[in-house]
Amino acid sequence: MAEISIREALNQALDEEMARDERVFLLGEEVGEYNGAYKISRGLLDKYGSPRVLDTPIAELGFTGLAVGAATVGLRPVVEWMTFNFSLLAIDQVINNAAKMRHMSGGQLNVPIVFRGPNGPAEYLSSQHSQALQSLFVHIPGLKVASFSTPYDAKGILKSAIRDDNPVVLIESEMAYSWTGEVPEEEYLVPLGKADIKRSGSDITLISYSKPVRMVLRAADELAKIGVDAEVIDLRSLRPLDEDAIYESVRKTNRAVVIDESWPTASFGSHVAWLVSRNCFDILDAQVELVSSEDVPMPYNHRMELHVQPTVEKVVAAAKQVLYME
Amino acid sequence: MAEQVLMTALSPTMEEGTIVAWNKKEGSTVSAGEVLCEVETDKATMDYESTQEGVLLKIIKGDGSTAKVGETIAILGDEGEDVSDLELSAEKPAQDTTTGRADTATPTSAEPSTPPAVTESAGAQISGGAAKASPLARKMAVDRGIDIAQVPGSGPAGRIVKRDVEQLVPGVASPVGAAGAAEKSGPASMQPGENITIPVAGARAVIARRLGESKFSAPHYYLKSSVRMGSALAARKQLNNELPEKVGFNAFLMKFVAEALKRHPGINASWQGDHILQFGSIDIGLAVDRGNGLITPIVRNCGNRGVVDIDRELKMLIAKADEGKLKPSEYTGATFTISNLGSFGVQEFTAIINPPGSAILAVGRIAKTVLVGDGDELEVAQVMKMTISCDHRVIDGVAGGRFIHELKRIIESPVRVLF
Repeated sequence: MAEISIREALNQALDEEMARDERVFLLGEEVGEYNGAYKISRGLLDKYGSPRVLDTPIAELGFTGLAVGAATVGLRPVVEWMTFNFSLLAIDQVINNAAKMRHMSGGQLNVPIVFRGPNGPAEYLSSQHSQALQSLFVHIPGLKVASFSTPYDAKGILKSAIRDDNPVVLIESEMAYSWTGEVPEEEYLVPLGKADIKRSGSDITLISYSKPVRMVLRAADELAKIGVDAEVIDLRSLRPLDEDAIYESVRKTNRAVVIDESWPTASFGSHVAWLVSRNCFDILDAQVELVSSEDVPMPYNHRMELHVQPTVEKVVAAAKQVLYME
Repeated sequence: MAEQVLMTALSPTMEEGTIVAWNKKEGSTVSAGEVLCEVETDKATMDYESTQEGVLLKIIKGDGSTAKVGETIAILGDEGEDVSDLELSAEKPAQDTTTGRADTATPTSAEPSTPPAVTESAGAQISGGAAKASPLARKMAVDRGIDIAQVPGSGPAGRIVKRDVEQLVPGVASPVGAAGAAEKSGPASMQPGENITIPVAGARAVIARRLGESKFSAPHYYLKSSVRMGSALAARKQLNNELPEKVGFNAFLMKFVAEALKRHPGINASWQGDHILQFGSIDIGLAVDRGNGLITPIVRNCGNRGVVDIDRELKMLIAKADEGKLKPSEYTGATFTISNLGSFGVQEFTAIINPPGSAILAVGRIAKTVLVGDGDELEVAQVMKMTISCDHRVIDGVAGGRFIHELKRIIESPVRVLF
């Protein structure tokens, strides 16, 4: 197996799906001539030409709406938002058109479209460009929302998202594009709706997704040093959610901590914590803890910027609380 | 609103209690913490304190009555309240007496023999009350028949959590007692030579009482026999070669004993005072150590089961015993018991009969021994010594001798089970 970056894994997924199905096309700001703001689309314009790799004006609502229209008439667009912070300009097309068309047309119209781009805080980007906005999308029935934390999952999930007949929002992370990992040479898919146990353990269930998974695995290593055997679940898919995987783990551990880099109020992480509290009530030995970003706009000061996000120390402290070790 | 007062488990091993006397009369007002009645448990006579306040509307189990844990013993509520519905439900058969749910009660002998001059008040429900506990701890307590209110909590603000219930498994000295012992002896007073007082509670009390009763009331006698183990060990090896999971030696012992009992059903019996009860099922208990006390998980109906089946069940029961999750139905009522101390190098020993059975087999280690043959030739063989203890009220010496001879012949030639 080759060791490649998440950036290359996403590029391979786009390349393979565009080669496989000529209805697939990519559009967004600087995805063509500039090879993408984060070089995800490197080489695709040269290979597939301008009708299939489309540089758009800086007008998110416009090109997102164009793509939703194209999807309803049979194409399979992949929309790259330069970051999810700019998706806010396009969100009316996502919520009111992409998510609703199938329902409102009584199934006559499908919207096979992928919205993707980096989400969540990177570094030194201050409040407006450091937002984890996934909860806005997970909130909406009619959308699928997925994430990944490894190159293997990135490639397999993007390919599944492109082949799905529903609108899929794929949240990525600028910080994670250069993370590397093994990816098989042969073709494979990672199904939407399936979580993955990234570390198996018996004492506590740590539930996370997207970029924080790697940090949570480090927290699990720290916990191992004090004799705590933590299980780490990478949800991968946020909607639909693999609830069985969560409950099966909690049945074993009797305790859970959810780690989500978005804010705590009405967030996807708080929703998962509620599901566990409700559906595992009789098997929980402690409250379910949520480690989220602090409930503030992102500070620019770098130390504060790091401090308001979930950290290894915060995850270990939450784990100790539900293990009654403090 | 009126509520049923339930018999609660006042000790971890209590299955039923006898109401010695009511301290409250019907119609009396009861406040929380007041003593409703005295209850004789398997260990001691204890005060039953009300956890609720109200008026004692009806006594269902009068002085001298026995109630299983979870059975309704009285009804508590507001003055003048109509309690006929609750009385009716108290007379319905219990759905699950082991969990002591508030809606259960047993149908038998619900009539108070003589409603005494005393009334009663509310009762602690087994998992209700105000005790702070994690949902898991509550569920574990119900599963194990422990009154959660009696478990000391070690979590934040005294919350009762999983580890607290685990430390209080039925049959293990309660952590209340253990903590008390530590306090009494004092943390810094552990000078060499100082006596330590260990409170007797839970399993230790039950073991002491039951085995004392057995040894002092059942006239024991002992029969020893040496058994050549070559064929049995070979049979086990041969069988295990063909099975995905190895069958343990104790499962073989159980199977051999069951076969011998089938041929001598008089051994599989119990002294009942005015009669002898010969059991229809061969239910063999195996004495197992759990660190804090002994317990005997029972494989039922061994007479009709194969050794693989017996082994599977035995392993499951031992795993449950290790976790303290054995239900009373899984460790009470053995018709015959085996105790095997061979793994400790014990050559031979005698055991105390485990009622209601009338005999127990004590098994020593298997060791190479020099035997003298009929022609005075010497032979080295694997030999196991076993001793059966019999209750002479049920089993005369000859009957016991026939049984142990049969058992010896079966173990020495396992093919005999086909006879």
